[in-house]
Amino acid sequence: MTVTSAKPILSRDLSGVRQVISVNDLHAFYGESHVLHGVSFTIREGEVLTLLGRNGGGRSTIIRSIMGLVDRRRGSIEILGHETISAAPFQIARLGVGYCPEERGIFATLSCEENLKLPPIVDDKGMTLEKIYELFPNLAARRRTLGTQLSGGEQQMLAIARILRTGARILMLDEISEGLAPAIVDSLSVTVTTLRDLGYTILMVEQNWDFAAPIADRFSIIERGRIVMELETADLEKNVSAVNHYLGV
Amino acid sequence: MSIFNISSQVFLGQLTIGLVNGCFYAMLSLGLAIIFGLLNMINFAHGALYMLGAFAAWFGLVTFGVSYWCALLLSPLIVGLFAAIVERFFLRRLEGLDHLYGLLFTFGLALALEGIVLDIYGSAGLSYAPPSQLRGLLDLGFMRLPLYRAWVVAVSLAVCFGVWFLIERTRYGSYLRAGTEDAHLAQALGINVPLLITLTYGFGAGLAAFAGVLAAPIYQVHPLMGSNLLIIAFAVVVIGGLGSTLGAIVTGLALGVIEGLTKVFYPEASSTAVFIIMAFVLLLRPAGLFGQETA
Repeated sequence: MTVTSAKPILSRDLSGVRQVISVNDLHAFYGESHVLHGVSFTIREGEVLTLLGRNGGGRSTIIRSIMGLVDRRRGSIEILGHETISAAPFQIARLGVGYCPEERGIFATLSCEENLKLPPIVDDKGMTLEKIYELFPNLAARRRTLGTQLSGGEQQMLAIARILRTGARILMLDEISEGLAPAIVDSLSVTVTTLRDLGYTILMVEQNWDFAAPIADRFSIIERGRIVMELETADLEKNVSAVNHYLGV
Repeated sequence: MSIFNISSQVFLGQLTIGLVNGCFYAMLSLGLAIIFGLLNMINFAHGALYMLGAFAAWFGLVTFGVSYWCALLLSPLIVGLFAAIVERFFLRRLEGLDHLYGLLFTFGLALALEGIVLDIYGSAGLSYAPPSQLRGLLDLGFMRLPLYRAWVVAVSLAVCFGVWFLIERTRYGSYLRAGTEDAHLAQALGINVPLLITLTYGFGAGLAAFAGVLAAPIYQVHPLMGSNLLIIAFAVVVIGGLGSTLGAIVTGLALGVIEGLTKVFYPEASSTAVFIIMAFVLLLRPAGLFGQETA
């Protein structure tokens, strides 16, 4: 991944907006291995934060830690004012956090519609099934199809659609553009931009720069389990070489 | 009429017995398969829970005069509740450890339960009479079928179909299937997986207890009645495919019938037929007849 054009497409003033996620000195472990070493950051309501960095640096682990999916974690993770460091994953999800995992996580033994209806509703302001099928007409046509018989693009749409139905306002999107055809990445980009404009708070892990750059308000670069650089989209241009230093192969 | 010089009476008699046994294999294997799928643990206590179901019915009848029909409803509820408590306060503590611990715990639990019942009631076995409505013979024209056996087959098939429908076609079932596939992800999507596990363990135990009540009038109510059956139920689960609902039902019934027919044609092999089939299936299709091959 190389940062080429760093046009500040978006520069929104989010100062004074309340924080919905506040992570403080987060440490995470898989078995004996210590993966995150004291990560701290905040996300404001309606903000899009993208985590960049090389593979294995701990970006996905940050999302997995927030969802409670690591073996052990320490520090503080406040979501909408609730401390969740020792909460169970389902309790975290029910605070209104929608999780779209790496590899999409579509259940093979469930039909498309069963996958869609699986996560419990957390807020009645979520999208109705009709609205979702309007937004993703492909899914409507394949509602009886088993999860794994959907194409990669359809699975990705389904993975996003199912968390929109719950009314979750905070989205964790882990490498959602990975392994998809360019045309599908483009339509995914439109979808995520729409969600941003609708005021969803989004934490994204992305490998695809062209996908991430136009959507994010802010970037954090993660290396060896630490945040090594944080910058606003507006400052990107000045820092292209520094960013490339961290991301370059 | 005779087949291979065997009278059709003997043939049909063994076929019926095989079918009845198959119903018990199917119901026990179904519970085992559901529990294995979600908890990833082989429930060695399953046979003991089946035995508890039968004893609860017997105890209820002798002590309080609880009828067979009430026992059919109450016994699974009581045993299911007991199992749910065991899961919540004991098995849950073993979560995250090697699955061997769960296996050892349930094995110990089975030994303890059987030991306690053995100590109180001895090893002579108790008899439980079928309810008056189900005594007598059903004349099918070509054979006479004990009414109670016909009832067992009919109600077992209905229960198996009901459980299959619940798992494959309802919302609760979709939670169970999702949890079976990936419990972590299901939980991260907001499903209360710990509660689902407790309910599922209780449900599987209730199913075993239901089978136990059905079995009480046919077999002797005996402290070790479950341990013999359990070994075959394990074989059924392995042949059908670990975690497969349909596999457990179909294989359970089929093995019962095959076992029954072996008694007609080559009685010496009747108790080993199931295991010979299991060996062949494991060699040719390690994931089982209905299982999904996983890498």
